[in-house]
Amino acid sequence: MANRALGAPGLGGPQPLTKPGLAASSQARYQPLLKAGDSRIADRLFFLAILGCGLSVLALVGLIVYELITKSALSWQAFGLKFFFGSEWDPVNNQFGALPFVYGSIVSSILALILAVPLAVGVAVFITEMSPRWLRNPLAFVTELLAAIPSVIYGLWAIFVLVPLLRQYVQPALARYLGWTGLFEGPPYGIGMLAAGIILAIMVVPIISSITREVMTAVPQQQREAVLALGATRWEMIRTGVLRNARAGILGGVILGLGRALGETMAVTMVIGNRPEIAKSLFAPGYTLASVIANEFSEATGDLYLSSLIEVGLALFIVTIIVNMIAQFLVWTVTRGMPARSNA
Amino acid sequence: MPDSHPSPDFAAAPISLWRRGMNSLATLLAATAVILVLLPLAAIFAYLLYKGFGSLNWAFLTQTPKPVGEPGGGMANAIAGSVYILLIASTLGVPLGIGAGIYLSEYGRNQVGNMIRFTADVLNGVPSIIIGIVAYGLVVLRQGHFSALAGGAALAIMMIPTITRATEEMLLLVPTAVREAAYGLGVSKWRTTLSITLRTATSGVITGVMLAFARVAGETAPLLFTAFGNQYWNWKVDQPTAALPLQIFSYAISPFDEWHRQAWAGALILIILIVVSVTAVRIAASRGMLKGAS
Repeated sequence: MANRALGAPGLGGPQPLTKPGLAASSQARYQPLLKAGDSRIADRLFFLAILGCGLSVLALVGLIVYELITKSALSWQAFGLKFFFGSEWDPVNNQFGALPFVYGSIVSSILALILAVPLAVGVAVFITEMSPRWLRNPLAFVTELLAAIPSVIYGLWAIFVLVPLLRQYVQPALARYLGWTGLFEGPPYGIGMLAAGIILAIMVVPIISSITREVMTAVPQQQREAVLALGATRWEMIRTGVLRNARAGILGGVILGLGRALGETMAVTMVIGNRPEIAKSLFAPGYTLASVIANEFSEATGDLYLSSLIEVGLALFIVTIIVNMIAQFLVWTVTRGMPARSNA
Repeated sequence: MPDSHPSPDFAAAPISLWRRGMNSLATLLAATAVILVLLPLAAIFAYLLYKGFGSLNWAFLTQTPKPVGEPGGGMANAIAGSVYILLIASTLGVPLGIGAGIYLSEYGRNQVGNMIRFTADVLNGVPSIIIGIVAYGLVVLRQGHFSALAGGAALAIMMIPTITRATEEMLLLVPTAVREAAYGLGVSKWRTTLSITLRTATSGVITGVMLAFARVAGETAPLLFTAFGNQYWNWKVDQPTAALPLQIFSYAISPFDEWHRQAWAGALILIILIVVSVTAVRIAASRGMLKGAS
C-alpha cells in the first residue's frame, strides 16, 4: 500500500542533476538515462498515453451501454414494459415477449444454486479447515481447474454423457419417487431444464467455493483458537467461529455464482432444449435469455426481431451488473479489514 | 465444586456422543462434497482423453471440413483460425490492458482511478454473449460482414479487464524504494515506470496476460456472430473465420456420428492449447523475480 504514495508531488517530477556529484566512471554508465532530453514533455506524453489506456476501459463500458440502448430502442418503442411480461415469441408475426426466457434463466440458475451451494461450501470447508495440509493445495488447484474448462466443452460432455444418464436412470427414478410434486413429470427427454441446471451447477461450484475459501481464510486465526479453547469440537468451531463470521462473504460468493449462471451461454444452449415455453416440470425443455441470443441472433431477419434480441441482451446486462455489484460489496464487507495476504 | 483451587481437568467433561457424532457427520459430508465435485471433473477429462484420442488422426490436424456425409476431413482451418483470432485479440487487448494497469498503479490514486477500477470490474462480469452483440454492432455492421477482426475485438474486450487488474496488482508489489532509487538517479518518471517498475514486475504481468488469454481461448459465445465460422481457410482480417470452439459447437449439435467424433477431438485439442498456455504461465511465474509474491 505504501508505494501508492508515489503519486505524491516531489517524487514524480523530473529532478535535473545540476551538479553531478557522481564519480566520473559511474556518470558515464548512467549517461544514456540522463541524455533522455527534456523529460518534462516525455513525462507528459507518457501520462496522456497511459491515461488514454485507462479511459478506454471507461469508454468500452460506455460503448456497451450505448450500443445496447440505441439498438434496442425499436423494440422498446413497440412493446414497452410488456416485452418482459408477454410469453409469445413469434418472429413470423413480429410478436416478441421475453417472459419464457426470463423464466428459463431464473429457474435454471436457481436450480444450479440449489445444487451447487451445499457442495461448494462443503468443498471450501473441507479444504480450509479439515483437509490434511499436504492435500490442501492440490485440492484447491483441482477444483479451480473446473473453472478453466471452456463452456463449450461442458456442453459437449453434457450432450453425450450427462443427458443420456439423466434420460435412462435419473429421470425415471425422479418421476417415480418425486413425480407427485409436479416438478418431475412428462416424458424423460434428458434434454431440458434439469440438465441445464445440473451442468450450470458443475460450472459455478469453483466460483462459489473459491470465494468461500477466500472469506474463510479472512476470518482471524484467533477466532478459531478462542472457540476451540472453550471446548468446542472442530465442527462447532467451524460453525460458530468461521462460517458465522464469513456468512456475508459466502452469500457474496453465492450471488457471484448466480451472476455467472445467468450469463452462461453455450453449455446451457446445448442442453436446455431451446423452446420458448413455460412449464412447471423440470423435465420440459426451456430457453434462457443468453441462449436465445446465441441461437437466433445471426439468423434474425427484420429490424424488430434483431432489436428485440438486443433488448433481451440489455436486460441480461443490467441484471448481471446489479447481481455482480451486490456480490462484490458483500465479499468486500468480510475481506476489507484483511491484512495483505502475508501470513493468513 | 467445593475445591478452592479447581485445577482444569479436561478429561472430566467428556464431549457428548451427540456432539462427537455431529462432528464426524460434518467431516463426512464435507468429504462427500469434495468427491461429488471431483467426480464430474474426472468424468470430463476421462471422456475427453478417451473420445478425443480415439478420433484424433493426421487428417484431423491437416485437412479442412468435408461436406456432410463424406467421411474424413478435419479442423486444421479452425485450429489456425483460433490462433489467428487470438493473435488479433492479444494485439488489441494486451497493450491497452497493461497501459490501463500502469495508470491505475502509478497515477490512479484518485477519483478517475477508482472509476476505472470499478468499470473494469463491471466489464469483467459482463456475460460474453453481450460482448458478442457489441462487437457485432461496432465492427460487423460497419464492415458489412462477419470477420476475424470482429471476433478478435470481442475477445480483446474480454481480455482487457483481467489484464488491467493483474497489472495493477503486480506493479503495486514493486517496492517504492526501487522507484525512488531510479528517481534519485535522475531518471524521468516515464522511463522509471517502463524500464524499472514494469520490468521488475514482468513475470507477474505476463501471468496476468496469460490468464486472460486462457480465459478467452475457449470462448464460443462472443464468436458466434462476429468471427462466425468458415468451412475453408481464411487469412483475411475482414472475412469470416473458423474457430475451434465454434466448430466444436456446431459439430456437437449436429446429428452425425462422424462429426460428434471430430467434436471430441477438437475439444481435446482446445484443452491441450489451454493447458499448454497455463503451464507456460506457471513456468514463467516460478522463474520470475516476484516468485510467490501474489
